[in-house]
Amino acid sequence: MSFSPKMLSRAAKVPRTRIVSPKSTIRGLATVVNNPVRRYGGLKDADRIFSNAYMRHDHGIKGAQKRGDWHRTKDIVLKGDSWIIQQIKDSGLRGRGGAGFPSGLKWSFMNKPNWQADGRPRYLVVNADEGEPGTCKDREILRGDPHKLIEGCLVAGRAMNANAAYIYIRGEFFMESDHVQQAIDEAYKAGFIGKNACGSGYDFDVYLHRGAGAYICGEETALIESIEGKQGKPRLKPPFPADVGLFGCPTTVANVETVAVAPTIIRRGAAWFAGFGRERNQGTKLFCISGHVNKPCVVEEEMSIPLQELIEKHCGGVRGGWDNLLGIVPGGSSVPVLPKHLCEEALMDFDSLRDLQSGLGTGAVIVMNKETDIIRAIARFAKFYKHESCGQCTPCREGTTWLEKMMDRLVVGRAHEREIEMLQELTKEIEGHTICALGDAAAWPVQGLLRHFRPEVEQRIAQYAAQNGQVLFGGHHRADINPEIAVPDNIGMSLPFPSTTN
Amino acid sequence: MFARAASRVARPSASRAFSSARPALSDSLSVHRNSAHNNPSIPFSLTAENAKIAETIIAKYPPQYKKAAVIPLLELAQKQNKNFTSISVMNEVAKLLDMPPMRVYEVASFYTMFNREPVGEHFVQICTTTPCMLGGCGSDKIVEAITSHLGVGLGQTTKDNKFTLLEVECLGACSNAPMVQINDKFYEDLTPETTVGILKALAAGQTPKTGPQSNRRFSEPDGPLTSLTEEPPTTDQFCLPEWR
Repeated sequence: MSFSPKMLSRAAKVPRTRIVSPKSTIRGLATVVNNPVRRYGGLKDADRIFSNAYMRHDHGIKGAQKRGDWHRTKDIVLKGDSWIIQQIKDSGLRGRGGAGFPSGLKWSFMNKPNWQADGRPRYLVVNADEGEPGTCKDREILRGDPHKLIEGCLVAGRAMNANAAYIYIRGEFFMESDHVQQAIDEAYKAGFIGKNACGSGYDFDVYLHRGAGAYICGEETALIESIEGKQGKPRLKPPFPADVGLFGCPTTVANVETVAVAPTIIRRGAAWFAGFGRERNQGTKLFCISGHVNKPCVVEEEMSIPLQELIEKHCGGVRGGWDNLLGIVPGGSSVPVLPKHLCEEALMDFDSLRDLQSGLGTGAVIVMNKETDIIRAIARFAKFYKHESCGQCTPCREGTTWLEKMMDRLVVGRAHEREIEMLQELTKEIEGHTICALGDAAAWPVQGLLRHFRPEVEQRIAQYAAQNGQVLFGGHHRADINPEIAVPDNIGMSLPFPSTTN
Repeated sequence: MFARAASRVARPSASRAFSSARPALSDSLSVHRNSAHNNPSIPFSLTAENAKIAETIIAKYPPQYKKAAVIPLLELAQKQNKNFTSISVMNEVAKLLDMPPMRVYEVASFYTMFNREPVGEHFVQICTTTPCMLGGCGSDKIVEAITSHLGVGLGQTTKDNKFTLLEVECLGACSNAPMVQINDKFYEDLTPETTVGILKALAAGQTPKTGPQSNRRFSEPDGPLTSLTEEPPTTDQFCLPEWR
């Protein structure tokens, strides 16, 4: 088939006439539909699940019951596993620990056909090893609303037919583990958990397990290893924990917030929860804002709230005004930083931030204004990951160390500008080549820096070179090298200086 | 992993011999070396009270997985031993749990909360990860205030053995940055002045206020609340009719 200019012009004409005439009832393909724009945010207090996040009320069982916890939990338990899971699926709840996996689906993996024939015990493990830099949301649940978590353990445990729940709390949280232990003791005493929990005939135990300071134990299989009394080194999957998990038994690991919202979702209805936020990102979420804002805080808001609104409404704005903003890390240290112009269009949900090549992570917003040394801020993340790498996989163990060394040099600018590309390549060598996601998490912040703030890095390098002369690969000063002796030829000595690419 | 590997506290007197080996890249030695203050012949056993707590801890886990109790038990024993996980502490825990001692050493050297070198009476752990570095006045100023007040560097103990200062990674109080943890307590929203005030109070044997040192309570925004201003819901106020 051949095209003639005439055909093209005819094809172009048809839709144009349709758009111009407003009376036409036939819609062309390019017709704009004026759906009302829905704005997110502005959650009312009545819709906030964690009503004691600021510890203004009693965190004990009496206060918790007054706020609606343990209300007809027996009936929820009696509804049975598939009913509970269907409710959670309908609510659109996605895991709040960072990956955002649909919770109903995850819980249903425990109930494989003929699961009753398997004689092994079954466990729910609650991940309260909150260690991601920037994240302090689970802490408010653990100390303010511990009964929501314990009740959530029972409900989620019933949904996956678990016999017991282990709550793995990070060792540094002393006050929080006291409150959770108090809640467990109170719940046992009231008959809400233990044998015949809530009088439903279902037996369910809840245990508290304190960690001892290792970020990697927030990874689900590392957490399982850690409870088993070993070093927290992630396991190779498969088998997945739903088949072989804690003590070799079927296990599901879930974040504190995910588990703690479950009873409220069921009592107030899946449709209520699904009414917040955009499609596929429904619900409410605790956001923790830190860094350069006037009033840093933890706040529960609707999913999909615009990032700018979240900061201006609840945190008194960026220090020095919005125009003084440099960038924001929207989801904890593992996700790439967003520059100001992207912060303006970002909605705080999984899909919007993924589209901006970042992520919602744990909802930990770290704000940086123009006084920030962005290279140093990201270099500090690199140091964090170097410290927290468990050392099991070579790309991560060696790569994080290497990243840290290169980033430390970039902070002062002591590098060759071609090393920026090498750094980018290094992050790609780590990413995806490790058992767990810590390697990826170490690579992403650096990639974010290079993606959005490369001019700053180049400027720093140029500044250093202007003061100290030519710098070779690895940070060697050209002036320190004696060309009389054998010098390796891979340190960039023969490259022109000043660089011709600038 | 060697970065994490336990005993992170260098003695202030540690100076290198002129013919020393290459400096270790990690902040501590991951292997045990017998010394006067840390060798297997120093006796250690749990007190009767702690032995009882140990039993309740072990009961949490399936009987054939007694070793799951190793981390809580190490923590308990460390607390009894003045915040110091000596080789005797590890051996005692291994005995209690019928574990090969090496399995306990592995765990104790992996997790940062086990101090395999003695620490001072007040163990000051300052978070310097990015949120603390940025938030409030910034952790750089707090580090500066503490080091100049105590006269020791990061990873060192004061001569009177009262304070040990250590730089640690994120402690999970980012909205209340900058913060330090001293023994079991969090002190948040610090300024150089309040930090020194806390250290002075501790040195004088007082118990300073924990949590935020500013006017706000916990992690609420400083100033008028933007959320949770209404009374919390009553028992079934917002439940579906079927759950009333």
